[in-house]
Amino acid sequence: MANNKMYDKGKIVAGLVIFAVMITFPFWFNLGKAAPAPELKLTEKAKAAKECVLEKAEMKAGHMQLLDIWREKVVREGSREYVNTKGKTYQMSLSKTCLDCHSNKAEFCDRCHDYASVNPYCWDCHIDNPKEKK
Amino acid sequence: MMQSSRRNFLKIAGLSAVGISGAKPVLDAFAAEGHGDERTEFEIRKNEKALTAQQWGMVIDTRKFESAADLEPLIEACHSLHNVPHIDENKVRHEVKWIWEDEYKHVFPTLAGKFVDERTEHLPFLALCNHCENPPCVRACPTKATFKREDGIVLMDFHRCIGCRFCMAACPYGSRSFNFKDPRPFIKERNPEFPTRMKGVVEKCNFCAERLAVGKKPACVEASNGAIAFGDMNDPESEVRELLKSNYTIRRKKGLGTEPAVYYIV
Repeated sequence: MANNKMYDKGKIVAGLVIFAVMITFPFWFNLGKAAPAPELKLTEKAKAAKECVLEKAEMKAGHMQLLDIWREKVVREGSREYVNTKGKTYQMSLSKTCLDCHSNKAEFCDRCHDYASVNPYCWDCHIDNPKEKK
Repeated sequence: MMQSSRRNFLKIAGLSAVGISGAKPVLDAFAAEGHGDERTEFEIRKNEKALTAQQWGMVIDTRKFESAADLEPLIEACHSLHNVPHIDENKVRHEVKWIWEDEYKHVFPTLAGKFVDERTEHLPFLALCNHCENPPCVRACPTKATFKREDGIVLMDFHRCIGCRFCMAACPYGSRSFNFKDPRPFIKERNPEFPTRMKGVVEKCNFCAERLAVGKKPACVEASNGAIAFGDMNDPESEVRELLKSNYTIRRKKGLGTEPAVYYIV
């Protein structure tokens, strides 16, 4: 006669339950607590300007590509002016153009960068608040 | 059933080719769809006032400087403009400099004889990047962070510098400095118009590329009260070439074949 008795059934089942609970802990612990997308604050100047170098959606998704083109052109070719599709001219400069409007780095740049967990090293060299005398 | 023959195959192939070429406008429309509406291209251009040359060069009239103190304002003009850190004097090995003062035997080691006339011996010489026509630093750079621009300026792309310091070993003029530390705490007054550097990159004189781009001459030239001339070495009519025609000039370590673009009237 086969012996199908499970030894220490109580302990094993309890252990399995504890194991299952622990391994799924991060999932149910964070349930419903997804960090909300950060809300960006625009400075008065940025609000007044209404439009950025590109359309808002394009800037949101592709400002890094734009900045990459800018840096290539400025450093390598010495071309420093950018005329956008609406015919408006901008100086290709992170500090002098972008941060001139968006002078609130902590509430504008950092919020999204922290949320997306990216660490651009722009500000190791580029001065983050050109208006403030340091 | 249609018999498959060479004749039939060619007929179908021909018809398909016509069909595809007829469909081209349709395909184009599909391809264009991804790029959105009828936007015109953006444009990137130089400032209208930008100064241009084939090979920028400099002629320094050392006769117009009497002591190291005369050079001080020039060095200060450059270093404050470009956020060059001023590191403690006792830490010479961490020194960062774009333009500096030194004596004849150090600036011109290949020319200085055993005995030098008194005037030359004590004359202060201004040293900076020579923006060589044949720059050894550019050949040494493994990342092309240092490159020779179309107008002859040997420029650095700090974004790309990995801090290997090959360029420093290659430069025969000691024109390059390495940021062993974060330079920011050593900048007395930060110029918001120009970036600083970060720890781990090499830096050097850029012939004020950022000023040339807006039609201004380099800061040291402006501060020199006419003692330094700046212009296109490839333009026979330029101010620098006129000076070279009428004065005896020397260059640093000319024998190395780097063809420095900085000349000294002695």
